[in-house]
Amino acid sequence: MNRQRANLWLFVASLVLACLLQLMPLPELLLPFKPYWLGLVVIYWALEEPERLGLGRAFLFGLVGDVLQGDLLGDQALRLAALAFVVLRFRSRLRFFPMWQQALAVLALLVNDRVVSVMVRAFSGDPMPTAAFWYAPFAGMLAWPWVFLLIDDVRARLRTHES
Amino acid sequence: MAIARNDSSPLFAAGATSTLRLIVYLAAGVALMVADHRGRYLETVRQYLHLAIEPVYRIAAMPADAARSLRLAVSDRQALTQENQRLREALLLTQARLNRLGAVAEQNTRLKELLEVQHSLGMGVQLAKLIDVVLDPSRQRIMLDAGANQGITVGQAVLDAYGVMGQISEVLPTTSSAILITDRSHAVPVTIERTGLRTIAYGNGTTDQLEVPNIPVSADVKAGDKLVTSGLGGGFPAGFPVGVIDSVSADASGMFAAALARPAAALERSGDVLLLRPLAEPVGPPAPAASGGPPVDTSPPPVPAAPPAGGAR
Repeated sequence: MNRQRANLWLFVASLVLACLLQLMPLPELLLPFKPYWLGLVVIYWALEEPERLGLGRAFLFGLVGDVLQGDLLGDQALRLAALAFVVLRFRSRLRFFPMWQQALAVLALLVNDRVVSVMVRAFSGDPMPTAAFWYAPFAGMLAWPWVFLLIDDVRARLRTHES
Repeated sequence: MAIARNDSSPLFAAGATSTLRLIVYLAAGVALMVADHRGRYLETVRQYLHLAIEPVYRIAAMPADAARSLRLAVSDRQALTQENQRLREALLLTQARLNRLGAVAEQNTRLKELLEVQHSLGMGVQLAKLIDVVLDPSRQRIMLDAGANQGITVGQAVLDAYGVMGQISEVLPTTSSAILITDRSHAVPVTIERTGLRTIAYGNGTTDQLEVPNIPVSADVKAGDKLVTSGLGGGFPAGFPVGVIDSVSADASGMFAAALARPAAALERSGDVLLLRPLAEPVGPPAPAASGGPPVDTSPPPVPAAPPAGGAR
């Protein structure tokens, strides 16, 4: 019960941290390379604890992101639901990939996410993004192992601490 | 089929992720986006949630503030060390004092410049500070720490000591966000100060460039020309510096010239900004006078004689 609660705290804390990282200012030069933190955290939880993060929660979390970032309401919700769907579909395969292969899969997921985002922009009449728009998935790929190892390590510590 | 669904073996647990649910959520997302695009409901939602949202912005800005003050502290020390090497020990104290004086004097001139703008405008102006968060890297937006409670309204022009920065695009109770003139979806009506040519300056998404397309080839435009707001369209009052033309070249079609300009405002450096109050119309027809004469409607209006109901024709 207590372990469950600690795990829940970790879940919530990771989501809040992702929101803060997403809003954090960076130097002009690094800005296009900011990974999509919300996406990475959603991928992690969908991969590791699908009973905690289904499509509905991903959608809700996306709505939170929309409200914080002030774009179109429903934009990130749709993208994160699609992201979670793909991860949950291929979960059993993704989980047993070695890390580099998993990172490549994450790259594919994030590029797909960008494509969806471009479609949304096209429909809402926003100007098309520049080439720098496509750098972020690569930064996300490089960030993935660290995100994965960090959350995994904290979870493992919680587990040993309890037992 | 039903048995397969109930089987919770991890390899085949596809029940929770049925395509139908995805379609439902995607449809919900699309419906929300369409509704928001039509009705701008998100701003209303943000109005209601501002108590929850604003602390998040402040917290997200914290590491950057800390980093900036740290960088400031470190660079000050470096400067002092270099001076220490260059000067004799006796001069050290004076030098440090002078440095501080310099910083204060610089701040003083900057504030004076701001004040001067405020005086020369002769119109309602208020100061606001930037909050350092990035809302969306592909759009050029800034957050300010003044909102509806301070009387900010959508569309107010945002200036710094050197020129036009942008305009307010969204107002929350104690914060507001402004769209910069360099945003890809922003355009300012400008005139070229030297020749009076009217044109429009568009943002192109980078912080140090404005685009001025569609200039007639015969027009007299050259690098170094100053762009000021023309006041057309009513968004910005006339005569504020917008930028300086950097280069002029023929556009792809060869029918027009296109120029690149450098924004006059210090878009990346400004910490304090000025917000112009919308101008009240000083001249115009006087307001209709209150009824000075005797009240008109105390005596009942004369009742016209009712025509006979069944008049013979």
